Amino acid sequence: MQEFSLERMIQELEGLLGDKVRTGSDQFFTVLYIDPAALTILMGKLRDEYGFNHLANLTSVDYGEEFEMVYHLYSIPDNNKVLVKTRVPRTLAELDSLISLWPTADWQEREVYDLMGIKFKGHPNLVRVLLPEDFEGHPLRKDYLMGGRK
Amino acid sequence: MLETDIYTVNVGPIHPSTHGGLHVEAIMDGEIIQDVVVHLGYVHRSVEKIAEGKTYQQFVPYTARLDYLATNLPVLGYCQAVEKLLGIEVPERAEYIRVIMAELSRIASHQIAISATGIDLGATTGLMYGMRDRERIMNIFEMTGGQRLLSSYIRIGGVAADIPDEFIPAVKSLVQDIPRMMEEYNGLMTGNEIWAARMEGVGILAPETAIQYGVTGPNLRASGIAYDLRKAEPYGIYDRFDFDLPLGKRGDSLDRWQVRIDEIGQSGRIIEQALKAMPEGEIKAKVPKVLKPAAGKEVYHRIESAKGELGYYIVSDGSSKPYRLHVRAPSFINLMVLPVICRGGVFQDIITNIATLDPILGESDR
Repeated sequence: MQEFSLERMIQELEGLLGDKVRTGSDQFFTVLYIDPAALTILMGKLRDEYGFNHLANLTSVDYGEEFEMVYHLYSIPDNNKVLVKTRVPRTLAELDSLISLWPTADWQEREVYDLMGIKFKGHPNLVRVLLPEDFEGHPLRKDYLMGGRK
Repeated sequence: MLETDIYTVNVGPIHPSTHGGLHVEAIMDGEIIQDVVVHLGYVHRSVEKIAEGKTYQQFVPYTARLDYLATNLPVLGYCQAVEKLLGIEVPERAEYIRVIMAELSRIASHQIAISATGIDLGATTGLMYGMRDRERIMNIFEMTGGQRLLSSYIRIGGVAADIPDEFIPAVKSLVQDIPRMMEEYNGLMTGNEIWAARMEGVGILAPETAIQYGVTGPNLRASGIAYDLRKAEPYGIYDRFDFDLPLGKRGDSLDRWQVRIDEIGQSGRIIEQALKAMPEGEIKAKVPKVLKPAAGKEVYHRIESAKGELGYYIVSDGSSKPYRLHVRAPSFINLMVLPVICRGGVFQDIITNIATLDPILGESDR
């Protein structure tokens, strides 16, 4: 395998995915903004060709009209890091599950479904993980009324 | 030919071997485990939602309640995440005090793991030894923060107060006794043939599986992968210390047990170095009363907690409260591997595997 280079990776990914991927960076991370339709392709490439074998963290943020999915990826033992973000509309909160790439996505996606109400296509067992089965609503959504449980 | 049936055995949620509120459903074919289903959420209190209604400082005590057996570690991770978000520099003396408190917490947590494994596997005497030694660490915590179990002594910008005079002698004498403690744990249990038979070859976790499942901490190192955030991505002042990473060879329960005992020794080494190098000076940076990180700023900060990679993802909207706070809890993710390592074993292995994975439910259920 070639020596890892972030610039080369970004170039190759932009060449492959075109305008579906946009790169940026904040103080701590290189950020890849990806169209949800191309998420699995990008993640597969990151894992298989660039050595990001550790999906450290997977979570979501409620931005009103849209939900943002956040994936923190690291490589063991080289310790490269990249942040992948994608947005899905609130009205159709659904995107591909990453469970086939990283089994660790299993409970983390269930947690996002449980607390934020985003559905994952291809997840074999998408049920609540922390809250009781008969719980109504998704508490981490900003429009969830505190104390609003019947 | 006898006809057999698949049946289900429930372990927990109220059972001493589940370390508090863990419900494990074992699907058994005779004595052989076919599958294990883990049910979580018995101690869920939605700390992530609570965080959205608290100011950054108000949330500090909540973090201590995540991993209540290694109380200073989750607090350290949270405070460092907020400091990273705001660009706060922590004074040198506070950094050293933090390292000492963090490593003491790690020792205390591993001692609980050792004690609990002892009682789970029927070595009741083992429980007494770990708890006896842990008591000294609790006394040290009481000296600093006034709290034994849920210390919120570490604060955003430093620590709450300077250490008292009796602190350093107490820590020194504890560190001196660590080799003797390890010898005792090893002599009493590791070297015992019955003990080894219960653990050897039980719950083997292959290194590739461990990485795929996001397993971190002592459980990952027991599978032979030298990955520790104190070395891989040093936070605070961890790049200044010299210590080794104890590794396992087989990735079974005995390795996970041994790695924890050996890590106590390495934590002792770090504390020794920190005591020598600790300077005089300020213990807290000048932090404004109201903390308002810039809008749209976010941070993911991770530390090596006693259980593994503990991460905080914080998004700010420019107000004094976090817009979104997510805790990447190592226990939650380590527990995912429990069905994988249990399959094909016998019923009693479930207890061994839970004990040596060392989950803490306050953290996994949040």
